[in-house]
Amino acid sequence: MTRAEIGEAIVEIIEDIVPDEDCSKLNPDEALREQLELDSMDFLDIVMELRKKYGVEVPEADYPKLATLNSCIEYLTPQLASK
Amino acid sequence: MKANSERIVITGVGLTAPNGNCLAEFRANLLSGVSGVRPYNIRYFGDTHAGVCTFDPQKYQKRKEVRIGTRAGSISVYCANEALADAGLRMADLDPARVGVFVGITEHGNVETENEIFELAKYNYDVKYWTHHHNARTVANSPAGEVTINLGITGPHYTVGAACAAGNLGCVNGLQQLLLGEVDLAIAGGVSESIHTFGIFAAFASQNALASHVDSTKASRPFDKARNGIVVSEGGALFTLERLDRALARGAKIYGEITGYCYNSDATDMVLPNPERQAECMLRAIARAGLEPKDIDLVNTHATGTPAGDVMECRALRQVFGDAIERVYVNNTKSFIGHCMGAAGALELAGNLPSFTDGIIHPTMNVDDLEPDCALPRLLIGAPQRVDKVDTMLNNSFGMVGINCVLIVSRCRP
Repeated sequence: MTRAEIGEAIVEIIEDIVPDEDCSKLNPDEALREQLELDSMDFLDIVMELRKKYGVEVPEADYPKLATLNSCIEYLTPQLASK
Repeated sequence: MKANSERIVITGVGLTAPNGNCLAEFRANLLSGVSGVRPYNIRYFGDTHAGVCTFDPQKYQKRKEVRIGTRAGSISVYCANEALADAGLRMADLDPARVGVFVGITEHGNVETENEIFELAKYNYDVKYWTHHHNARTVANSPAGEVTINLGITGPHYTVGAACAAGNLGCVNGLQQLLLGEVDLAIAGGVSESIHTFGIFAAFASQNALASHVDSTKASRPFDKARNGIVVSEGGALFTLERLDRALARGAKIYGEITGYCYNSDATDMVLPNPERQAECMLRAIARAGLEPKDIDLVNTHATGTPAGDVMECRALRQVFGDAIERVYVNNTKSFIGHCMGAAGALELAGNLPSFTDGIIHPTMNVDDLEPDCALPRLLIGAPQRVDKVDTMLNNSFGMVGINCVLIVSRCRP
């Protein structure tokens, strides 16, 4: 997957997790929780969907690395680049 | 004579039934013979019949609330909001700490557990794919708790597990919490999401107690010779219950007064009903209302369409009413909507409350060949009937493991 595809995949997951939110104009460098009504339970859902859809494991210690869209892409690229 | 502060009245009705998403629609369909039972397919079990509700969950919930919550929660949230609106009440005008939510359920958590195991099978039963939502969704208070979150209610909430007597027992709990002074407004009744679990259909089928018929709308047929079991349905009915003094002070519309109730246990069998205990429950409810059987104008039966259960209830009714059985009207709502399980008692009561104002009794449908043992003199079959008076109704609900709950609701005379 390219960086762009990884970004789209993440946004797709987030759209399902918070279906009432508008994810079309996310600032990739701003914290997702500042832009969307996302709580800690939603982050668990994001982690679960990454596991289910892409076989990616995100240890709890790494959750802060999912803070922004760009940091998500950064963090996930090594694991998803070959997919 | 009780003080008005000790009298509990119904001031709002919120419901979703398989044949109506508000009382007016539900009542109109009960009077015009419109069934809510339709063909239904559920995984593993296959084709069957069910009563399916068509309310829009997003009328009162965000999409995320629907995603995270449960079907029973969505039904409860819908009914609670509808009941408040019908009662002319807005949470913004109420003390949220003085409002309570008391929801009867037959069971809870089966739907979520079945769904999650179905998902887990896709991952070779590796439990690291099990959702963290499972616990919050399956705790027994969940359907009532979802209402408090949705409406910002900070008073008490709980569910009442009472099998198919739960809808009535939910109302009793609301009444009791008002009388205890714990709340000033009770949102009470029952809900069921049961059609979303294959287990309930499979279990009734294994018990030879699941209705079958070529025409879904004719599958639920209490008191008919050809009845062959239960139609499983979903639904909900929650009432706003208030003390009469408060209801009068705010000029509330009053549907009726809960004048009597009783709940007891058969103490005999996990499944089979016990007409002796049913009769005892009815008699104690009537006595608590300060009435005698001859004072009851309408009995809304529990009858579910099982060969044994319907006959036993009729036997209990004959025992309770004696000679008065000649004058009491008897009807059945499940013949239209199937068995809404935890919602049944409350929903069936709701469908009959308008009789106090329109003077009409809705009939029992699908009785083409009356079972002789169920031939009560004034069992109303086929067509609604305008009657001289309906001042008091008795609502029966009986459930598995031997739990009975009877409500007496009277025309309110302040």
